Amino acid sequence: MNVVSFIASRLLQMVPVLIGVSIVVFLAIHMVPGDPVELMMHGRATPEGLAAARAELGLDQPLLVQYWNFISGAVVGDLGTSIVQKAPVSEVVGERILPTVLLLVMSSIFAIALALPLAIVSARRADQPIDHAIRLGGMIGFAMPPFWIGIVVMLTFGIWLDWFPISGYGRTFWAHVYHLVLPSFTVALFLAPILLQSLRAAILDVMTADYIEVARAKGLSERRILVKHALRNALIPVTTILAVNIGWLLSGAVVVEYLFSFPGLGSLLVRAAGQRDYAVIQGLSVTFAVLVLVVNLIADLACMAIDKRVARA
Amino acid sequence: MTAIPTQPRGRLLTEITRWPGSLKIGTVLFVLICLAGIFAPWLTPYGPNEQDLKNTLVAPSLAHPFGTDNFGRDVFARVLYGIRINLPFGIITTYVPMIYGVVLGALAGYWGGWFDAILMRILDVTVAFPFLVLIIVIVAILGPGIHNIYIAIFLTAWTMYARLARAEMLVERNKDYILAARTLGYGTGRIVFRHALPNVSNSSIIFSTSDFVLNIMLLSGLSFLGLGVAPPTPEWGAMIAEGRDFLFDAWWICTLPGLALVVTGTALCLIGDGLAQRLGERRHALV
Repeated sequence: MNVVSFIASRLLQMVPVLIGVSIVVFLAIHMVPGDPVELMMHGRATPEGLAAARAELGLDQPLLVQYWNFISGAVVGDLGTSIVQKAPVSEVVGERILPTVLLLVMSSIFAIALALPLAIVSARRADQPIDHAIRLGGMIGFAMPPFWIGIVVMLTFGIWLDWFPISGYGRTFWAHVYHLVLPSFTVALFLAPILLQSLRAAILDVMTADYIEVARAKGLSERRILVKHALRNALIPVTTILAVNIGWLLSGAVVVEYLFSFPGLGSLLVRAAGQRDYAVIQGLSVTFAVLVLVVNLIADLACMAIDKRVARA
Repeated sequence: MTAIPTQPRGRLLTEITRWPGSLKIGTVLFVLICLAGIFAPWLTPYGPNEQDLKNTLVAPSLAHPFGTDNFGRDVFARVLYGIRINLPFGIITTYVPMIYGVVLGALAGYWGGWFDAILMRILDVTVAFPFLVLIIVIVAILGPGIHNIYIAIFLTAWTMYARLARAEMLVERNKDYILAARTLGYGTGRIVFRHALPNVSNSSIIFSTSDFVLNIMLLSGLSFLGLGVAPPTPEWGAMIAEGRDFLFDAWWICTLPGLALVVTGTALCLIGDGLAQRLGERRHALV
């Protein structure tokens, strides 16, 4: 199967999932006890005002018509209007996609930089004291909630050492990167234990394969075997593990963005949830679902690039 | 957790001696945490909401091992009473969805057909959604509070167990003992629940310890975001959120309750690691 038809078929598979997500979110929001318009106007509006707002939002139409309006708008990128923010949802959500993507990319790089060396040491010295120490460290890391890691990181590197900013985003690209150091380090600390565990297993698995035995028999050094032969094959699990954990990564990012007052999708979600801004919540849910699906698609393509056998399968 | 189905009675002690070190240490830690929660009133002279406005923001000392917060409440006492909120929440939100998740997954794997197809589509939709995002959306719709978090978790948490049990059932249903049971004319219920279930629930049991950690983290995370337990309650995440305003002057208010989360989580991870080893050995011994 060539790459183009692979992408096309994967995009087609995404359609039913997206429809499912949109139905769930749409129904959930419309089954809310109480009238969203009344809630948003804090009960201060006159009956005429409420009716006008409802008509403006199309909330006076039958449910099926409303769903059709939502979905046909969403396809062309129109996600409705936020009453709270008084702006189109696509604009409110759109300007926050890039910061979150940047956060995810930097966190993944940090997490790999942390987990890979530890996983190699752990696998090479399997069941020795250093392996036990690393695995225990991984468990402790797994048990640390992201908002707590964030507070400790903030306190240490932001306040006591005063190396990096603890909030905001900056204006230029390098300022973004600079502002992102602490948030992405926090997300990385949260993600690394999972990567570490799966990577250790993957490397152990690869190291017992026949071709590694052959390489050993040829008299190659252990270092060369590891770098040239084993790591290349362990890269595929890393990519898949990162993709599988994208939901996990995003969950961590939501809390961390809120903590560092970072202008991303996660902090927007928390704010919209607090303000009961249903239009934004609806738009964000679809955005998150698309993000997860796209990341999985990219991961599959990356696996194909690393290993031609995956492409043929 | 100790209800391993193939275990004959009266052999619990010999079973414990065979446990890997991590399982023993994790279990001891976990039991100690449970006991600390049960006997909290005997372990500290302070109440969780007892204010002492003359002694606010006191640094950790002998009288106040974890210091006091901005209302002069003893942080250690609040952490101890917090066990009574976080642990039962973790147990319920982990093991209730596990029961129906495993049953649904096992049935889907055994039957296949339309039941399996519908279940898989539902799983596809929930997987495309980051777990926390889904829960925040549900809580935003239903309103904050611990009851709505229960509902949100019950709606979402079973999917992973269903996935695990289904995958194991697909392998298990072709094995000889299932065929034998079918030849004997046993009904689906008996085959799935009495024969296959003990064998398809291993990975779910192992996963449940990580899930437990994630669930107490979730409650704390939501409380931290202001969507969970309301402030005066001594919930760990809510305490961390309250302490955040005093990060500069009183680091102990928000860091030390987090330590309670870390210790509890590590104990559960150790149990999970040990269970994976022990159940893996058992499986090899049986095959």
